[in-house]
Amino acid sequence: MKIFQDAGHLFRVAAVFLVGLIAFLTLRSFLVPRSFGRYGHYRANAITEIAALPVRYAGHQVCEGCHADVLDVKSKGVHKGVACESCHGALAAHADDPGSVTPVKLDTAVLCVRCHQESLAKPKNFPQVNAVEHSGGAACNTCHQPHSPAMNVGVTQ
Amino acid sequence: MYPNEVELQWSVLIVLYPFLTGLVAGAFILASLERVFQVQAVKPTYRLALLTALAFLLVAPLPLQLHLGHPERSFEMYLTPHGSSAMAMFGFVYLWYLLAVLVLEIWLDYRYDIVVLSQTTTGWRRLLYRILTLGSTNISPRALHIDERAGWLITVIGIPSAFLLHGYVGFIFGSVKANPWWSSPLMPVVFLFSAMVSGIAVVMLLYMLLTTMRREPIDMCCVDTVAKYLFYTFIIDFSLEMLDLIHRIYEADESFRSLDFMVHTKLYFSHIVVQILLGTVTPIILLAITQVAKLNDLVRKRIYAVAGCLTLVGIFAMRWNVVIGGQLFSKSFLGYTTYKMGFVTREGLLMAIMLTILPFIFLWILVKLLPPWPEKTLFAKAASAP
Amino acid sequence: MTMTRRQLLILLPAAAVAWDSILASTPEASPNYNMAEHWWAMLIDITKCIGCGSCVRACQLENHVPDGYYRTWVERYHIQDWEMEYPKVDSPEGGKNGFPAAKEAGGKNFFVPKLCNHCADSPCTQVCPVGATFISPDGVVLIDQKYCLGCRYCVQACPYGCRFINPQTKTANKCTLCYHRITKGLTTACCEVCPTGARQLANLKNPNDPIHEFLRTHSVQVLKPQMATHSKCFYYGLDGSVR
Repeated sequence: MKIFQDAGHLFRVAAVFLVGLIAFLTLRSFLVPRSFGRYGHYRANAITEIAALPVRYAGHQVCEGCHADVLDVKSKGVHKGVACESCHGALAAHADDPGSVTPVKLDTAVLCVRCHQESLAKPKNFPQVNAVEHSGGAACNTCHQPHSPAMNVGVTQ
Repeated sequence: MYPNEVELQWSVLIVLYPFLTGLVAGAFILASLERVFQVQAVKPTYRLALLTALAFLLVAPLPLQLHLGHPERSFEMYLTPHGSSAMAMFGFVYLWYLLAVLVLEIWLDYRYDIVVLSQTTTGWRRLLYRILTLGSTNISPRALHIDERAGWLITVIGIPSAFLLHGYVGFIFGSVKANPWWSSPLMPVVFLFSAMVSGIAVVMLLYMLLTTMRREPIDMCCVDTVAKYLFYTFIIDFSLEMLDLIHRIYEADESFRSLDFMVHTKLYFSHIVVQILLGTVTPIILLAITQVAKLNDLVRKRIYAVAGCLTLVGIFAMRWNVVIGGQLFSKSFLGYTTYKMGFVTREGLLMAIMLTILPFIFLWILVKLLPPWPEKTLFAKAASAP
Repeated sequence: MTMTRRQLLILLPAAAVAWDSILASTPEASPNYNMAEHWWAMLIDITKCIGCGSCVRACQLENHVPDGYYRTWVERYHIQDWEMEYPKVDSPEGGKNGFPAAKEAGGKNFFVPKLCNHCADSPCTQVCPVGATFISPDGVVLIDQKYCLGCRYCVQACPYGCRFINPQTKTANKCTLCYHRITKGLTTACCEVCPTGARQLANLKNPNDPIHEFLRTHSVQVLKPQMATHSKCFYYGLDGSVR
């Protein structure tokens, strides 16, 4: 055909492009992860992988499974809404193996002021004190029982 | 500052990337002036502009790769590009522009030279040229005429492709609603025009420099025309940037106080002094002088050289102010941070300098392999022009 | 603790069984978890937050968050008079160790905990070039650590500043709403340790969820509503000065 006469080189270029495209599509079918696109434009297995990450905090329900006596005291006091690990730290390892992993004994002089040191930004109805004026530096559990700390509830140290 | 905002995310390499692609787009637009718009005066710069565009385009992905946390995963943008992400389009726009526009156009324009060189050179050069011919040695007038038409068509497609190549970079910034310094529909347009300004300036400078180094006379008609286009494009670019500024000041939305303070303090030197005064107003005035006053060749050459260099510095400063400036203020509009640029680190200043020099090394290689000089063209194009 | 050996012998196995069922790994493998039944959200009650920083510490511990980066943090606001355009905000180490005493007396002061808003129309998932960050079918915006390139576009696109790049993995990182906990019937680490109940998890597909009920009956706000991200982190008592 006259129109294609002397255009051989253009066909060669087109052939190079076509080969490249086929090579790319073939490679792509091998490289795209299998679970990609199952729920959306992402690798569905990522959801499974994230959900399988290890847990460090056990959650208060697990603590209450063994420590029902503490729950008894706490549930009647003002700290009933405070989770065990809020003060005692992450204890999933202890729940996993209570015998060999023992929680660290807490220092109330440091722990309690984190929440209860007075601050202008804290809600007005939240119990807060100036720790130094209040106890002269003595540890809080000298007078307060941490699981039921209010002084007039009848549970004291 | 929100605690996670203190450290900047995008470094000087991300400033360099739009600068490099801008030069590519601008150089190509200049080349297309001759090819499509028949501006014969700029013909001496045609091939040089194409080679410049290629040299810079080859280096352009490097700052991006160096900046990624996992460059080995970057091919994922080709495997599973996310349709809603402007950045995902990068891979395809880049590949399209590189292969279907630039490489193809250069190949078609140089094909005669390549075929002749494949028959006249020896050694590894001969092999290289033979590969480049793709096995076809047809250089009959009709074949060359087909090349001419095909090249014209590719240039016509190439102009919007060049707009897309750099416009999408502007869109990457302009579409981020979280950042008021970036979020603007003007952003792609401003990026594009500043790209054209920088591209025209770099080709003008390279032409003047290389021609002087080769001890050939500079075609003043050509350079005058290039400078004229630079001037006009600059006017448009400056108007767009002023429009953005005036609009911001007038509307004074919630981000304005924070941004205004930032421009007057942290960005004062790079924005007011370097970008606006030295990099935009001064070159425009210099070029305006050459347009209205009758000056002799030497004075004009000197002015063009100074204006060209200032232009490049100014456009780089513009990229800096957009990218770095956009990260210096908090999205709470209540604070600022600082950019700590390393020197020898992977994303540091030394790397940026090296990546700026690299395209010139590539260009030198390309110029040696595919000479762009009109008097060295092996086939007098004038003889076959329609 | 006084407990007879007999009580212990009964309680320990029961606790162990309960713990094992919680540890069942995958959401699909977990016996009780169905993604389609959940659409997760969070409620933050500003009137209850005391700025103790327990949430920040717990999150860091639970999720191995590197120092200097925050998946959640607490800000303290101080507004002197009626000028809510220019609050004074501080967040020393994200509020991890509480806050120092206030410098200025008087004015309006309060704490604002912040975290990923798990937006239903999140700009961060929109801009990810490869699909490494996404919203799960149960409404949690997650990051695929094996697929992320570390391009940082999502960090730029988040209006709330909740994303960062983990210097060890060099990928994007942020609050996952403790997905590995909530799919096992636990609550998030921050909600677990919050002593005043200022942070509460919610399942918007559960009509009986008390927080869902709260959202239906009280005035709540979200951060930066003008961004139209359809944030699922709701605030009760949020002042207009909060940025």
